[in-house]
Amino acid sequence: MSWNDSEPMVSIKDVYKSFGTLEVLKGVSLDVMKGEVICIIGPSGSGKSTLIRCINGLNDVQAGSILVEGQEVNDPELDKLELRKKVGMVFQQYNLFPHKTALENVMMAPIRVLKHDKEIAKKAAVDLLRKVGLEDKEKAYPGEMSGGQQQRVAIARSLAMNPDVILFDEVTAALDPETVNEVLLTIKRLAEDGMTCILVTHEMGFAREVSDRVAFFHEGKIEEINQAENLFGSPKSKYLKKFLSKVKT
Amino acid sequence: MKYQTYKTDLPVMMPYKPVEIENFGSSIKFWYLVPILALILGTSAIAQSGSDIRLGTMQTLMRWMPLLLQGFIFNVLISVMAMAIGTGLGAALGIGQLSHNRLVRSSSWLLTQFFRNAPWLVLLFFAMFLLPFEVNIFGIIVPLPDWVKATIGLALPVMANVSEIIRGAVLSLPSGQWEAAESLAYSRRQTLWLIILPQCLKRMLPPWMNLYAILTMATVLASIVGVSEVMTLTGEALAAEGGRPDLLAPFYAFVLLIFFVYCYPIAQLTMRLERKFSVIN
Repeated sequence: MSWNDSEPMVSIKDVYKSFGTLEVLKGVSLDVMKGEVICIIGPSGSGKSTLIRCINGLNDVQAGSILVEGQEVNDPELDKLELRKKVGMVFQQYNLFPHKTALENVMMAPIRVLKHDKEIAKKAAVDLLRKVGLEDKEKAYPGEMSGGQQQRVAIARSLAMNPDVILFDEVTAALDPETVNEVLLTIKRLAEDGMTCILVTHEMGFAREVSDRVAFFHEGKIEEINQAENLFGSPKSKYLKKFLSKVKT
Repeated sequence: MKYQTYKTDLPVMMPYKPVEIENFGSSIKFWYLVPILALILGTSAIAQSGSDIRLGTMQTLMRWMPLLLQGFIFNVLISVMAMAIGTGLGAALGIGQLSHNRLVRSSSWLLTQFFRNAPWLVLLFFAMFLLPFEVNIFGIIVPLPDWVKATIGLALPVMANVSEIIRGAVLSLPSGQWEAAESLAYSRRQTLWLIILPQCLKRMLPPWMNLYAILTMATVLASIVGVSEVMTLTGEALAAEGGRPDLLAPFYAFVLLIFFVYCYPIAQLTMRLERKFSVIN
């Protein structure tokens, strides 16, 4: 089956997921088009992170379907490695490899996984570090960088695989306030370049500014989804109203 | 908390703090030999008070010392070889314990648990009496003298302990490292060899060295099965001297001294490394 970009790049249909007896996702559906930037907001424990971890197969689902470029993620026959070459992910805790320098972190997967030529991969990695504003940190180890810098390396590392869509899992939640903006700016540039992004975030101002659409999660379901302006400007759900009144926008 | 990498209470993952590490060679103090020397001299002085035409205790000990030291070199040889064999096999078992293949994982687990929970002496007897005195490898007859069998017997518990050291070190890494590697489409094998194991080496070194020190001290068990190592030779020397009771304490104190001189620096270095790795990621 072939996929073309008039169809959703990520198509989530009626997904259920539970950990033991705890039901985390209770029938979630969401379509993300190529080039679209979607922010997922909502209270802690509402299933936001679980959903995006299902998209690249880090978590499996009990029912429903997730298509990435027309391919079923939960098909046991699916080559997960092929899926993950298309879907990048950036984590809350950065998860850089502490025994490798910033440059090595970025160029290792293209060389080892995509079998790119070493010199070409290195040049691409240098360019990516420049793109995230860390050209002077090539030789630094993760332990020698601030959280914001590490997170930007993590974004560069994900970009080095040339993915079609990138998942951001609360990427600023562990950062010091003064470094949050540099990371958000990096993501914003990506979004403006046309990268398809799905972000779980608690940064409401950022969500409003950068998203094409915002989805509000409540108790394992998408309670409300709309253009950013409309969702924040005229919320309909009472849970969303309550949530927005509690967080700064 | 600017430089914190992970939110964790694992000491090894704590933020970088440079530690003063003195030069190892210059800091080994040999003052600890004093009480042991005193023990040897003291026991020989008491023994000598019963005057006799026989050689003095110290002179007798000096006469046997070269032979006893030779025996100790044999202990070191056995320990180094058993460690090498045990580490090689244990590494394979440890990685086997992490396999996604259920058969490989459970059989590695079973072997590890079996040999880890067996008395070393029993394993030694097992190796001594069940291994043939020679093996035929592709038509070449390779003799298996007693000390080789003892080495194999001692390598078995080392193997099991190394296996657990590796498994423990791998499991002690934050799961985010696995997830990050998975998300970058590394295969499981690549994740293990490129991401996980290199980070584990530092964590494994102190317990591995600790195991070596314990193994070295356990090599004297080989005397029970008749290998000519330092304990066997000490017994033979004492017998040759006609079983003089005044020689017992100085001779065995001397054996203790050699082991102490050899093992104490290893223990010190291990503690130093542990301290170092507990703060530097």
